[in-house]
Amino acid sequence: MAFNYEKYIRPGKLPHIWCPGCGHGIVMKGLIRAIDKCALNKNRTAVISGIGCASRLPGYVDFNTVHTAHGRAAAFATGMKMADPGLTVLCVGGDGDGVAIGGNHFIHACRRNIDITYILMNNHIYGMTGGQFSPCTPTDGFASTTPYGNPDPVFDIAKLAIGAGATFVARTTAYHATQIDKLIIEGIQHKGFSVIEILDCCPTSYGRRNKYRSVVEMMKQHKELAVPVTAAAKMAPEDLAGKIITGVLHKEDKPEYCEQYSRLIEKVQEQAAAKG
Amino acid sequence: MTRKTALIQGNEACAHAAVYAGCTFFAGYPITPSSEIAEVLAKELPKVGGKFIQMEDEIAAMAAIIGASLCGHKVMDASSGPGMSLKQELIGYACIAEIPCVIVNVMRGGPSTGMPTGPSQSDVMQARWGTHGDHAAIAIAPASCQEIFAETVRAFNLAETYRMPVQILMDEIVAHMREKIVFPEPGELAIVTRQAPFVSPAEYKPFDTSFGDIPPLAAMGGNYRYHVTGLNKAPDGFPTTKAELVDAEERRQLRKVEAHAAAIEKNEEYLTEDAEVIVLSFGITSRSARFAVDSLRQEGVRAGLFRPITLWPFPEKRVAEVARKTRAIVVPEMNLGQLVYEVERVVKGSCRLAALGRVDGEPITPYQIIDKVKEVL
Repeated sequence: MAFNYEKYIRPGKLPHIWCPGCGHGIVMKGLIRAIDKCALNKNRTAVISGIGCASRLPGYVDFNTVHTAHGRAAAFATGMKMADPGLTVLCVGGDGDGVAIGGNHFIHACRRNIDITYILMNNHIYGMTGGQFSPCTPTDGFASTTPYGNPDPVFDIAKLAIGAGATFVARTTAYHATQIDKLIIEGIQHKGFSVIEILDCCPTSYGRRNKYRSVVEMMKQHKELAVPVTAAAKMAPEDLAGKIITGVLHKEDKPEYCEQYSRLIEKVQEQAAAKG
Repeated sequence: MTRKTALIQGNEACAHAAVYAGCTFFAGYPITPSSEIAEVLAKELPKVGGKFIQMEDEIAAMAAIIGASLCGHKVMDASSGPGMSLKQELIGYACIAEIPCVIVNVMRGGPSTGMPTGPSQSDVMQARWGTHGDHAAIAIAPASCQEIFAETVRAFNLAETYRMPVQILMDEIVAHMREKIVFPEPGELAIVTRQAPFVSPAEYKPFDTSFGDIPPLAAMGGNYRYHVTGLNKAPDGFPTTKAELVDAEERRQLRKVEAHAAAIEKNEEYLTEDAEVIVLSFGITSRSARFAVDSLRQEGVRAGLFRPITLWPFPEKRVAEVARKTRAIVVPEMNLGQLVYEVERVVKGSCRLAALGRVDGEPITPYQIIDKVKEVL
């Protein structure tokens, strides 16, 4: 039987704002399937975003949803998770939102290892504002603000997250739809800060400026460049140049922030009780 | 019964008052001269099961308190000059999304880093207009440690009542000076908590105005699921660009304060009844002003003090009334002219008006005020 998305979509809120060919819809469906699989209670689930095309996702899904300010999703989510540690908190957003204007909040959420799952849709561009380059636009790539090609180096989001202390870091692409579910499920189930980077396609703002004839071509490229992490482990670094390593890139167990703070409260209250 | 007393700083009084008011979540970022508020709450909140978090920057601290407030907590953040500049983005978010929160601004001079350890009253207009766009504002400026306690509690009550951010404006002197305070007993000061929804989750809209201009706010994570955005929104919380809805929402948000100005405003008047000259002053400057008024009275000058405790909404009706019965108003403030423009606006030329500004990091003395009064008369 086909999966019934209607249970999780807010009535009357579709159609979405995304362009034909945009991968955000694929990610939204993956997210819904993952939440369903995890059997999360809708009242006890929050989906938080910043600003941008991907950040419009929370408006469509029937959970506690907060469309915050540009780049601030992780900081709002940190407040919510700490205020109510039993709440399942998910962040969604794009590359510019997450690691440019929101970069500071992103790395510190990683460092705290607070139990939030951050789904970052990396389409290499600021789509909503009309195609300006982001920290994830390939060097020499074209955007409305790189008319002569992009002089900037590119952020590796997964490395950034691992370096900053995130305890679950995974990557896939919008082409690998079933892997999206799997990684989000694992991210939600992991206790700590989880980052799932999903390479996504923006045919409107990125594709047409960078000689992709269609979104199919963009997705094909994701398919062809993807190397599962297990296969990548056996390959020489020079053979991996330009490839997209997919799967769970990093996983470790470390104390989770809210649990640490709960222990702090317990300790303080025990000391106070002992003093009488 | 002996009452609990202490010799404490204004910042400490503010922090203890937050706990008294039911604050269970504080997020902050270190900045002089406000840091003692964070330090005291880092120690006190865990004792009552509350949470303290030091965030990565000033913006994140605002974001965290808004998030925690949405989850039903009473929340506070504290900062100063440059930090307040950064927070304006999300103070605007708290305005449009109507999230109760209290923000303390221990003012320093500026612009930019300015004079971190010098007293100032230069954020009067920032407290009103710091974030972009039309919005309502409530700002309270206490003048003593005891008053800081009471007004901090009132700030929480106003934030919860009107579902909006409330700012407490302190200067560095009231924040750092130590005075004796008498702690109110539990229950002695009124404590207000936001209105919970009157309707079932299926009927709930986060900006439903069918019960008045202040829509009830459900805690996220309970039985009420809803959407919040910083975009202009319809009563159901979802974004809209429909002209009539945007217009109605914007006007309602201003009306929340305008229609309740009498309940929000608070002034102290000292010898204003027969005054030929009134010193209009707030914060630490009002204490110099009171000394000046007493000295002037001894010299036979019928001086009075008008002290707005709530700066925003500005007590325009009362100031207009007293202006009609006096010859002159003198406005000393530790800036180069901010509140004086508001006085000028409401006085409408009905009496003489003089500004006395000081921005060298030293407080305004009674003698400066006395000289100014004599000059005006």
